[in-house]
Amino acid sequence: MARIVAGIATSHVPAVGHAVDSGRTEDDYWKPMFQGYEFSKQWIKDNPADVDIIVYNDHASYFGMDIMPTFGIGTAGKYEICDEGYGPRPVPVVMGHPALSTHLAASLILDDFDMTVLNRLDVDHGLTVPMSLMYGQPDAWPTRVIPFPVNVVMYPQPSGERCLAIGKAIREAVQSFDEDITVRVWGTGGMSHQIQGARAGLINLPWDIQFMDDLINQPEVLQFKPHLEYMIEAGSEGVELIMWLIMRGALGDNVNEVYRFNHVPASNTSVGHLILTPKD
Amino acid sequence: MKPNFDQFNDIPGTTIFTMEMAQKGFQLNEFCMSLRTQENRDRFHADERTYLDEWDMSEDQKQAVLTRDFQKMLDNGGNVYFLSKIFAAEGMSYVQAVSTMTDMNVEEYQAMMVAGGRNIEGWRSKTERGEA
Repeated sequence: MARIVAGIATSHVPAVGHAVDSGRTEDDYWKPMFQGYEFSKQWIKDNPADVDIIVYNDHASYFGMDIMPTFGIGTAGKYEICDEGYGPRPVPVVMGHPALSTHLAASLILDDFDMTVLNRLDVDHGLTVPMSLMYGQPDAWPTRVIPFPVNVVMYPQPSGERCLAIGKAIREAVQSFDEDITVRVWGTGGMSHQIQGARAGLINLPWDIQFMDDLINQPEVLQFKPHLEYMIEAGSEGVELIMWLIMRGALGDNVNEVYRFNHVPASNTSVGHLILTPKD
Repeated sequence: MKPNFDQFNDIPGTTIFTMEMAQKGFQLNEFCMSLRTQENRDRFHADERTYLDEWDMSEDQKQAVLTRDFQKMLDNGGNVYFLSKIFAAEGMSYVQAVSTMTDMNVEEYQAMMVAGGRNIEGWRSKTERGEA
């Protein structure tokens, strides 16, 4: 039986990818942020898993307005890297796990989550920057990956309740996969940031920290936070944080907080990072 | 459930990309998506007006692009992730591009970010700010 062994939450700022790719992680500006991930890089080496299900959003890199899936799941054998306007990031191609992702997609649809099945998908910084933060710069990524894109760009995004519920359904689906493999679920994006308009640059660190506490301790309450509150309190792009609820739902009722890190700023963003493990 | 696209209107200095705005901005955002290839970036930079005329965009949208008026692009249905293709193709960072929508220059904006970002106090509501 497959098992979910950990949850990882992290921001996915594009400039962080730039800093990695151009060798600037030791610059005065970047060093304190990257130092916050040193623990995590060691932890993930010491606690290997077979598959990473990475919940992220595409930033008009693969999906335009032609097709905008609310929840998607990659079922391909591999995923190429998007050109986001300045050429693709120089990172390894992302290898998939078609057997598990097919099982997951089918299981979720049978559980009434109307997934968009993606046999072809290129991935952008929303997925690759978290991998760079956790795995550094390997020649090949150490795990198989199942990309799980969510629309957080266009209102209406899926509700918090729906995100937590789909996370719970991912947990059940993984546990019903016959192969004996280990799986982590990642929730990416956030924390508070706004990258448009006269209010751009908004950061609300106390709100971010409360969000982390609630995510860990009372996701059943947090799921009802309306999108309007995310957008007012955490900025127009802070609503990405609903994706962390999917990760949390996949971990079961109670979790251990293995690690927590906050840093302001990376580019326009409040960086937040958690490593959680299921308690049950 | 009846959608409420107007619930975001009281947030100051903010344009929420709703499904309604996406309708308005479809061609503008499609144009932005076209800049994901070097070939199209080169064609656009060689003659911006001619390239824009290949798209069924409003004149307002075209003028906003030509003058790099990102706020005007937002007002016309653009979304910042789409618009990022325009500034990324010119080697501009999000900080540089985003700062142009504020009342700060890029140095002032970057200084604000390094000092912890824009404080939310006073920025929750147009009504509170007397802007509504």
